[in-house]
Amino acid sequence: MVRLTINGKQLRAEQGEMLLDVIRRLQIEIPTLCHHEAVEPSGACRLCTVEITKANWDGWKRYVTACLYPVEEGLIVATHSEDVLQIRRTLLDLLLASSPEAAAVQQLAADHGVVTSSYEIDPEGDDCVLCGLCTRACSALGMQAISTVERGIRKRIDTPFGTAADSCIGCTVCAQICPTGHIEFEERGLKRRIWYKDFTLLACQECGASLEITPQMAAYFSERQDLPESYFQLCTACKQKQTVDKFNAISDRDSNRILDRPEEVY
Amino acid sequence: MCIKTTKQLKQVRRDFLDRDKQFVKKALICCGTGCLANGAQAIVDEFHNVMKKKRIKGFSVKAVRSTGCHGFCEQGPLVIIEPEGIFYTHVKPRQVADIVETTIRRGEVIEQLLYSDPVDGRKITHYPKLGFFAHQQRIALRNLGKIAPHDINEYIATGGYTALAKALRRMKPRDVIAEITQSGLRGRGGGGFAAGRKWQTCADVESDVRYVLCNGDEGDPGAFMDRSIMEGDPHAVLEGMIIAAYAVGARQGYIYVREEYPLAVVHMQKAIDDSRRTGLLGENIFGTDFSFDIRIARGAGAFVCGESSALMKSVAGEVGEPRAKYVRSVVKGLYDQPTVLNNVETFANVPVIINKGAGWFSKIGTPKSTGTKVFSLVGKVRNTGLIEVPMGISLREIIFDVGGGIIDDRPFKAVQTGGPSGGCLPESMLDLPVDFDTLTDNGSMMGSGGMIVMDDRTCMVDVAKYFLEFLVKESCGKCIPCREGLHQLHTLVGKVCEGRAVEGDLDKMEQLSEVIVRGALCGLGQSGPNPLLSTLKYFRDEYLEHIVDKRCRAGVCRDLITYTINEKCTGCTLCVRACAYDAISGEQKKLHRIHQKKCTQCGACMAVCNFAAIEVH
Repeated sequence: MVRLTINGKQLRAEQGEMLLDVIRRLQIEIPTLCHHEAVEPSGACRLCTVEITKANWDGWKRYVTACLYPVEEGLIVATHSEDVLQIRRTLLDLLLASSPEAAAVQQLAADHGVVTSSYEIDPEGDDCVLCGLCTRACSALGMQAISTVERGIRKRIDTPFGTAADSCIGCTVCAQICPTGHIEFEERGLKRRIWYKDFTLLACQECGASLEITPQMAAYFSERQDLPESYFQLCTACKQKQTVDKFNAISDRDSNRILDRPEEVY
Repeated sequence: MCIKTTKQLKQVRRDFLDRDKQFVKKALICCGTGCLANGAQAIVDEFHNVMKKKRIKGFSVKAVRSTGCHGFCEQGPLVIIEPEGIFYTHVKPRQVADIVETTIRRGEVIEQLLYSDPVDGRKITHYPKLGFFAHQQRIALRNLGKIAPHDINEYIATGGYTALAKALRRMKPRDVIAEITQSGLRGRGGGGFAAGRKWQTCADVESDVRYVLCNGDEGDPGAFMDRSIMEGDPHAVLEGMIIAAYAVGARQGYIYVREEYPLAVVHMQKAIDDSRRTGLLGENIFGTDFSFDIRIARGAGAFVCGESSALMKSVAGEVGEPRAKYVRSVVKGLYDQPTVLNNVETFANVPVIINKGAGWFSKIGTPKSTGTKVFSLVGKVRNTGLIEVPMGISLREIIFDVGGGIIDDRPFKAVQTGGPSGGCLPESMLDLPVDFDTLTDNGSMMGSGGMIVMDDRTCMVDVAKYFLEFLVKESCGKCIPCREGLHQLHTLVGKVCEGRAVEGDLDKMEQLSEVIVRGALCGLGQSGPNPLLSTLKYFRDEYLEHIVDKRCRAGVCRDLITYTINEKCTGCTLCVRACAYDAISGEQKKLHRIHQKKCTQCGACMAVCNFAAIEVH
């Protein structure tokens, strides 16, 4: 355990915990765009920047991102000092110039008192804030179908060479984790298109309804979770119906057999 | 040949020197990238041609050596005749036969090929007498221009690998670290972190695997220190790395070189192969238990990959983006293992320190910045090139003694040090001692050693814009302050150059700079506003002139200047032909005039005018 002070309040935290987790546990609001519990922190958006110092630092202060800074003994943290707020306001002001239409950015900026950007607005600015959540989520699944391409203000998210990637399984986790809704995909009936790649979704072998997963996802999950391929043949409703039918059939014949051969239920 | 003992190493050295004794004269031809671009290979070929038909006692093709860079690239191709040290500049292939006949056979000097002093026009025969070389003290560059970099025996003949032998045979790893710590050697790549402390931290981390990395990414515009060392003395870098690996207990090392340095890659690879074959690299080095191998990792030329954590990602094959270094890379670096990363010049210093001792090294330079520093001195100085000077030397000595002063004796305006992350220092700072801390305290930095001299025709706003543009292009784009902040700073400075800025923009730029400095993820972003902040600090009046008077006193910012023709015009019509926009008219042998509406302020007319008849306001 280490002892630290956050906004004047003394507390204890586990060694190895990140400042952001401790701050949020105290119910202190701190904005983030690139943070998600499911993936590794990256420190790209810098919005969770806080001011740190220690009693023996002679008044010297540092500005660090709370998402990546591990708690330290004797740390004195200010999450909303005027300097910190100035950093957050400027960051949001800059984002509002590069992604003027993104609702999530507009909201965060407005929360910090920035309604219109004081910088030159990028007329071609899109909603992507390059937080990198999509690429990190894709990597966390082990796919790495998308990554950042180019650098600086030309940086964007794409597949290798902007073509359909072999490794993409069409799971849409990138679109779901995107904080601004920039990543889009099309879905019509059993057709799904994302990142230049077309997928035909699996259909329920009973009723024909979409299972909302791609064959590649089924293969991935059956390997990762060690599930039989038959697991992905029916929709949830038909699976329930089948199970009920099995139960009924078994109880009609011999209710004791359930105990002997439970695998038949599946 | 496998060297296993110090005795065998000495034997190799003696054998080479004995063989070399047969040559009374030697011709050293600079084959650094600069001289090669000027045609040095043709000179080497011509020497071989000439010597096919000639027989000279004490001289043969084997005494014709392609060496690394002398640093005096501007005067290339360079040929030096040893043992006298006769220094020939701008040599052309057709002059080779004359050099062989006159200088090598008859021992006479060819006047026309000598370097003439830029101040008094005096011809200088021997290169140690040149102001450019006389004020230098070469440690990291000790062998550059003196030995053939692709011959391991030549390196051994200069005493190469004796430091490694000493470290492995007579010192414990902790003694090596103590020696480096006592020498006060600080990292030459920019940060100036104490090398000994870095090694000690790495050695102290509990781990089975450690790495030693050499940073040869060098991306500052106009800088070529590390490239020249890798090209001209690759074994010095290897020896330094092997000693470091022994000190910290690493088994694997990587040299990160940018792909744009093809010759450096070739020479480093040759050096690695040769030293491996000789038993100085790989398994059981020098016949001891210590094993260490080195591989080259080639970078794609991104400036940000010179940053330690981005470099390590790039070596590991990932996108070269920095990570937050709240846990330092010396503790958790390449593949999450403790890693020592030093730059080329730092490693090149190590063998000398081991051989001559920390006491010797720490007497050079200043108490807190020991040793020497290599700079690439460029811009508006008479002698441009690669120089190595003791720390603590003043900027004035570098620019006026080594550099020979400003071209055409124009007034000095500023010197930019530290590359894109550094800053510009004005004339009032010329007597500052050049060391890590003084430069940082005054708003610039040592950086990896770029030094750009500017005269009165340089616009400081334009300079800030140039460096910001570089950084905007080179920012990796991961974090918002660097990606968007530098872009907006560049836009704002651009407005100043175009005369569209208002006075409040300067405060806005300063405020934004402060957020970038505090908020950016890595060193590139944190130091990115430096060129702007230092010019704003020392040349604020120039910014105000652009904004208030709509005037660029240096005559650089195209939106704020006009070209006119004065009465010196002879009507030669040269400018008419140079102008691509038909903006100049006039009869032959009569005063010409520029039509301002058509003029694009490109300056082509001024460049061709032989009579100083074109003025810029």
